[in-house]
Amino acid sequence: MRSQLEGSQAVARAVALCRPQVIAAYPISPQTHIVESLSDRVRTGELAGCEYLLVDSEFSAMSACIGASAAGARSYTATSSQGLLFMAEALFNTSGLGLPVVMTLANRAIGAPINIWNDHSDAMAMRDSGWIQLYAESNQEAVDLHVQAFRLAESLSVPVMVCMDGFVLTHAFEEVDLPTQEQVDAFLPPFVPQQLLDPDDPVTIGAMVGPEAFAEVKYLVHATQVAALDEVPAIAADFERAFGRDSGGLLKRYRLEDAETVVVALGSVLGTIEDVVDSLRDDGFRIGVLGITCFRPWPHDEVRAALGDATRVVVVERAFAVGAGGIVGQNVRDATRGLPVVVQDVVAGLGGRPITRTSLRGLFEDVVADRLDASHLHFLDLDVELVQRELARSRARRRSGPHAEHMLRDLGTVASGTPHGGG
Amino acid sequence: MFSVRIHGRGGQGAVTAAELLSVAAFDEGRHAQAFPTFGSERTGAPVVAFCRIDDRPIRLREPVMDPDAVVVQDPTLLHQVALFAGLSPEGYLVVNTSAPLERLGLAELVEQLPDGHVVAVPATEIARVHLGRPLPNAALLGALAALTGEVSLDSVCDAIRDRFPGHVGDDNASAATAAYEHVRTAAVGPARA
Repeated sequence: MRSQLEGSQAVARAVALCRPQVIAAYPISPQTHIVESLSDRVRTGELAGCEYLLVDSEFSAMSACIGASAAGARSYTATSSQGLLFMAEALFNTSGLGLPVVMTLANRAIGAPINIWNDHSDAMAMRDSGWIQLYAESNQEAVDLHVQAFRLAESLSVPVMVCMDGFVLTHAFEEVDLPTQEQVDAFLPPFVPQQLLDPDDPVTIGAMVGPEAFAEVKYLVHATQVAALDEVPAIAADFERAFGRDSGGLLKRYRLEDAETVVVALGSVLGTIEDVVDSLRDDGFRIGVLGITCFRPWPHDEVRAALGDATRVVVVERAFAVGAGGIVGQNVRDATRGLPVVVQDVVAGLGGRPITRTSLRGLFEDVVADRLDASHLHFLDLDVELVQRELARSRARRRSGPHAEHMLRDLGTVASGTPHGGG
Repeated sequence: MFSVRIHGRGGQGAVTAAELLSVAAFDEGRHAQAFPTFGSERTGAPVVAFCRIDDRPIRLREPVMDPDAVVVQDPTLLHQVALFAGLSPEGYLVVNTSAPLERLGLAELVEQLPDGHVVAVPATEIARVHLGRPLPNAALLGALAALTGEVSLDSVCDAIRDRFPGHVGDDNASAATAAYEHVRTAAVGPARA
């Protein structure tokens, strides 16, 4: 049924339709509305057969999911930002053990400086944790990806993270077509675990493995992820047959026919980018968009095929590898190795800074005119003068004090005063 | 595309107003998107919320920077926030005040907008009468509906009642209706008076 509702509420309803049996979560903005809503649904009995555990931390949340999943329960959690980092050790255990936990990650920046707003630093920090990562462009897709995520996770016995932009999607009211319980039940069969802690048929899960087999166990974790490159599109095709919507899959191709310049991005910024690309197409530019829905596993061959005819690629990403460069960009360069294509890395929208049509249009015009130096990492809308003034302050004296506080004072965001600290 | 920017203070219901406006437009078969800006939300701090309404699906996610309508829930924001930045020359303006707009120093802005596109609504007073509380958001939605015709009063009232069952919804719908009538009967044209 089509409804106008908040993204978090839509996702909570979709998760409830998937009949999780254990939800263990700890609230953190901007994910809180999702778990609040699920907690209400368990309390009222609307979500029957589910135990909701309000745990003491994100580390406990994921640990509880590991135990519950190993005991055969369909398990779910949601988190953001530092919450995901606090889970880090347990994330690797979930994937290493091959437990099909599903998580919503409401993407948010990572401090310091502390910041509650959206970017992809959290998901990207955990990109190599062995979890499948799917990125939603809209709240409709977030709903659809959750239904697909449970099936994918249980089909391969692998954990899946559905990433949706914090605030931009989680707090946006927009139209969502929610499936019915009957539709979801028909699409998502009951969980049949690949491994089970069963007192009547005891096994050990989590053995210590030495050099004799560690690489082989890890190889299988990798092989399972690679298998997802076939399973993700197969499930998306099944989903389209069952629900009538083209949602999920590995990649989204938008106006790629005859495109010389291709913008690569993931998440909610794709909509804004598509609007800009439409206007550039109207002006005769041969430009298109490649959206990455599945970032882990990395669809190397599919990306290479999609970018095979491009001469310029610009990757717009909401995170970066400090001291190295773009993260998605590095993967795109790997996928296009040997092809005659220039890949530009552009960092945008960090810590909730809006990514606007005006800035994107200016960027894409620069790319098309070859005005961007591909040997550098670029930052969209960077306030260069603010940076330079702070660098000058730092040079002026050794104990110059904290950058973040200085720059806020410089901008007038906090009251100016005499900074502490002497020579 | 019709875009609205609502300026208020934490606790006045700016975010809820944008959400309700999106629901009203959706109920009329249109596409709509509402979202707030976020800070460390606290009562009294400046808050901005946005709503876009269109006849086709909305993909754009940037904040509304060139609104077709601006709603000011609290005129004390006038000297604190760039309330009218990017407002279309053909745009609409709804201000919650019981004072003439000239006294707020808005005469020049009012002159720049078309006749009948600006209205001062004593939304806080209307809310006190109908809700017993100074929450101006429902009344301002009624005023916006009357001024722009972008959504109907019925859809606004339905969205309010759907969100707030019982007397809270009914009282807010009454406030919206009173503000709608205020704009329709008294204020259009010489809204600045």
